[in-house]
Amino acid sequence: MDVVLLSRLQFALTIMFHYLFPPLTIGLGVILVFLEGRFLWTKDPIYETAARFWTKIFGLNFALGVVTGIVMEFEFGTNWAVYSRYVGDVFGSALAAEGIFAFFLESGFLSLLIFGWDRVGPKMHFFATLMVAVGGIFSSIWITVANSWQQTPAGHVLREHTINGNVFVRAEIVDFWAMVFNPSSVGRLIHVWIGAFILGAYFVMSISAWYLLRGRHHEFAKRSFVGGLLLATVAALAQLASGHNQAEGVVRNQPAKLAALEGVFHTEPETPMYICGWPDEEAEVVRYGVKIPGMLSFLAKGKFDAAVDGLDKLGPTWGRAPVWITFQAYHLMIACGMTFIGSTLLAWFFYWRGTLFKQRWLLWFFVFAVLLAFAANEAGWVCAETGRQPWIVYPTVVDGQLVGGLRTSEAFSEAVEAEQVLGSIIFFGVVYLLLFCLWIMLLHNKISHGPDDGTEKKDDSGEAPTGTSTRRSSSPDSVGSKPPSAEEAPPSDSTSGEAQ
Amino acid sequence: MDWHLLWFVLLGVLLAGYAILDGFDLGVGILHFVGRDDQERRIILNSIGPIWDGNEVWLVTFGGALFAAFPEAYATIFSGYYAAFMAVLGALIFRAVSIEFRSKLAAPVWRKTWDIVFSLSSLLATIVFGVAVGSAMKGIPLDSRGIFIGTLVAQLDWYPLLVGALTVAMFIMHGAIFLSLKTSGELNTRVLRWTWRGFLAFLLLYLVTTIATVTTIPRSTANFQHAPWAAGIVLLNLLAIANIPRSLRRNRLGEAFISSAATIALLVCLFGFALFPNLVTSRPDEPNSLTIYNASSSLNTLKLMSLIALIGMPFVLGYTAVTYWTFRGNVKIDKHSY
Repeated sequence: MDVVLLSRLQFALTIMFHYLFPPLTIGLGVILVFLEGRFLWTKDPIYETAARFWTKIFGLNFALGVVTGIVMEFEFGTNWAVYSRYVGDVFGSALAAEGIFAFFLESGFLSLLIFGWDRVGPKMHFFATLMVAVGGIFSSIWITVANSWQQTPAGHVLREHTINGNVFVRAEIVDFWAMVFNPSSVGRLIHVWIGAFILGAYFVMSISAWYLLRGRHHEFAKRSFVGGLLLATVAALAQLASGHNQAEGVVRNQPAKLAALEGVFHTEPETPMYICGWPDEEAEVVRYGVKIPGMLSFLAKGKFDAAVDGLDKLGPTWGRAPVWITFQAYHLMIACGMTFIGSTLLAWFFYWRGTLFKQRWLLWFFVFAVLLAFAANEAGWVCAETGRQPWIVYPTVVDGQLVGGLRTSEAFSEAVEAEQVLGSIIFFGVVYLLLFCLWIMLLHNKISHGPDDGTEKKDDSGEAPTGTSTRRSSSPDSVGSKPPSAEEAPPSDSTSGEAQ
Repeated sequence: MDWHLLWFVLLGVLLAGYAILDGFDLGVGILHFVGRDDQERRIILNSIGPIWDGNEVWLVTFGGALFAAFPEAYATIFSGYYAAFMAVLGALIFRAVSIEFRSKLAAPVWRKTWDIVFSLSSLLATIVFGVAVGSAMKGIPLDSRGIFIGTLVAQLDWYPLLVGALTVAMFIMHGAIFLSLKTSGELNTRVLRWTWRGFLAFLLLYLVTTIATVTTIPRSTANFQHAPWAAGIVLLNLLAIANIPRSLRRNRLGEAFISSAATIALLVCLFGFALFPNLVTSRPDEPNSLTIYNASSSLNTLKLMSLIALIGMPFVLGYTAVTYWTFRGNVKIDKHSY
């Protein structure tokens, strides 16, 4: 295998693992701000209990986001040296701004958020939480701007740079704000934020639904679930509008990507939109497709009989994105998005009927639906990035000629060999698998322990973690009609006493 | 105004900030087993608990600033030192998760495992940082385009290893002094013994490294001919070093900490002075070196970044001050601690 393919695999592995955490911390951050704000406003201790509980989970996710994030920053240089030389003037500034404006803010106040409960007053603590949430959002701004610039470059010129008599071309900023507000950055950023809110909300609903099903922490779980449901509903509906806006941007700025997203191999009138399908890149057809005829033409061009540019319209110099993976990732994201809308609206229907917490099947669905939220966030980025191929930085088309741009196949590190990258892929694979297992284990541990809302006796000495979660069995009306039985005991209850 | 020089200095500030702040974190990590039981190790871990993450951001920002201001140097160093960066990443990942995970379960075998991981990863990161500095002092083979040629293993001779050892001793001294400010009782007595051990090892290695540098790397002292005033840095460095045992003996630990921080800052300063105007020195073909002029971003970007730094840095110092103030004094273990 060659260095390019291995470097791409490594980037895919490390960025996808990293991206489990940032949207979760952004989403949970907003929820923490809400909870602490409500506590300051109402003085109802349940909000403080909830904030303390979610802070513990936030802290675990944050730590993993930080360590996997450092890998990303270094990887541009270690594996994509030519790319770094080409974009450093533009991309580097955004990354440095992220360090100065976002990371210091987050890390400075994170310590107050996590360790400061008994050291600073509630108002200061609220301020710290707010700053951590803002820091998370700031960092998403800079990195998304940098990515968007790769998709739709603006505000730069191509200039020759000389090193010891060797001349090469690179991108240099001439208009900072045009670079920041390049054609796709605002839309993408909103899409990323809403995706993070959906994930945060589904994460909260998942854990709350599990408590409801187990008959534990009833009041806490009910309120958390409804709060999460409210955020999820608003975010899922907003994401529909944002997604449509995103697709319009792709039509305008990256027609080649649109063709890959929708599997448009040939330019023809009444281009269909697929609900699902199996693109066959050799035969240039979408097999087993469920499609709405003319719908893509209507959405992209406003007319059902218009022709949408297909992959056949691309000049020979352009190259082609991998269609199968781009198509599937895109359709997976949309299917998840539609499921979010459907499931939240259904939950409100039962809520309105007053039977939401008796619908055990629906609660079970929400226990696992968080996986769809993770999948949607990941899949969205997969189709954004594979759809950009074969370019790492998109070229601009001037009078039919390609200007600028950098191909992925030319952007790797000259000084690195395939064996080295293979070695580091194995290294990251093993380390991340270990981190993933520990993350799941510790999440499970914290969730089993639950919030300290006084409904369960806790052994906080930490020295003798024994089965201490005395289940509250005095709430037969809590979830369905089934009282919790012995078989339902979570397997890990024997270790649920949280250690200090 | 020489914007290239300004960014060279600013990178030096970020590097010095990182070396001082994460220096004591790493030193505390190496000294973790000075704590004999779980309670003592918790105190050691929590001495850096609320601040280590912020300290590491200095490294992240240094990386980002190098990328933005000198992309050629960033690309050459990071891709050239591929295996070394993977080792650093591994060490930083394991260090962070050992801090985060250790306290989550009470089982002795769990805690012991993370204790070992925490200590070893701190040691590994320190060694690699030191070796990297030593290798940068010596220079690495570059082609005329400024791309690393050759293998990493071939770069690893006695000099970079010596600087690696010096860095370990320096961070042990620095970390022990920090820890002496944060502990009390019997643990404090043991930590104080380590401040002396660290200092003596540092002093010995400092002398050996200085002699080795002056005799084997002529380039490192060449700049003194153009700028004799820089002898002042050496003098200040010696004074800072001399003040460490003086203040330790008088039990002025805060002053000792400031002296060891100043020692680190001045050593970073001398490192920059020896490199200037190179970012990556090419050896044996010195003309192939990447300098602050040929490896930089455009002037426009350097100016823009200066504005970003000017706006951002006061805030950074503000947050850092708030955090250190909130968690000042001896370590207090409560239920939110690691």
